[in-house]
Amino acid sequence: MIVAERKPLDEIVNMVQDCGKILVLACRGCVTVCSAGGEREAEILASLVRLGLQKMGKNAEVTTGSLLRQCDKEYIDSLDQYQGQYDAILSTACGVGVNFLANLRPSEAVFPALNTTFFGGSAEQGVWQEMCAGCGDCVLHLTGGLCPVARCAKNLMNGPCGGSVNGRCEINSETDCVWQMIYDRMGRLQRQQELTSSAPIRDWSTAGHGGPRKQVRPDLTV
Amino acid sequence: MSFTPDIRLFTCHYASQQSCTEGGSILRDLNFPDNITLTRLVCTGKLEESDLLRSFEDGADGVYVVGCPVDTCHNVRGSQRAAKRVESVRQALAELGVEKDRLRMYHVERGMHPEFIAAGEEMDALIRQLGPSPFCRKAA
Repeated sequence: MIVAERKPLDEIVNMVQDCGKILVLACRGCVTVCSAGGEREAEILASLVRLGLQKMGKNAEVTTGSLLRQCDKEYIDSLDQYQGQYDAILSTACGVGVNFLANLRPSEAVFPALNTTFFGGSAEQGVWQEMCAGCGDCVLHLTGGLCPVARCAKNLMNGPCGGSVNGRCEINSETDCVWQMIYDRMGRLQRQQELTSSAPIRDWSTAGHGGPRKQVRPDLTV
Repeated sequence: MSFTPDIRLFTCHYASQQSCTEGGSILRDLNFPDNITLTRLVCTGKLEESDLLRSFEDGADGVYVVGCPVDTCHNVRGSQRAAKRVESVRQALAELGVEKDRLRMYHVERGMHPEFIAAGEEMDALIRQLGPSPFCRKAA
């Protein structure tokens, strides 16, 4: 899922301080699962925004709403149900949702309430870890399912750097060295020999270095 | 100018037995501050962050939560969950430039104990010292 976290409150309150009617718009997709921008978090944020504005001596009408997702056109269309109830949207979706809203509602003010952090999974309750960098050229079949692009601090493709110590990363000693993990796992799978092959120089154009990416599936287009 | 703070208390059924004994008169007899509005919950684990924030929106100068001791909550982790939610809102108050101590969590033994009254007295004294809620500024 896409993982995100709430922006600092002073940043959020400053964004919307001149708005009279604010719709805090939750997304019931990924950000609900990572407890950053679902209906519950939108309710809390709406309270905090009201309090922040009150403290500044400002008075705004702050309401909440939610969309099933903010990253699909048909769900953005259902924003019409809140028509007339806001003059600015404070979206608790990820950056994708905010972009979608801004694209599809060209004349409406849209502000982001979250910082989108990474693609990850919930390692345990309340803890999320980055697992995928969305690089567009997956190498997981070569590395036992563990991603060196997302999980190696240096994005190395041919084994650990010299700073890997006792299975930990030199950049952050609390982080497991993914290359140590790959080596150990490939050993358990009796595939360690495969790691002696050198990975070729990587083409990063699929990772966004060639500009914004777009994917078209002719079999699905209407 | 004298200031009588509006204080809201959320407390679990077990930690607030004084509140229901003899129709609540025991609280008055023990000098429990009468400017504290008490809301009893089945468990403080039931409390949501939005409940705490709504109290401030409603004009509370201070809010506190009284639950079971951390390791002996009747519902195992209820008071631990409440403490985490209280701390989350305390952090948010700090982000808004408001004293975190306007919101506090207390853990007291279940049953009739003086700590329940002491927590109320401490909170009352603290909020009197901090003064009126900064959220109550009149809109420009």
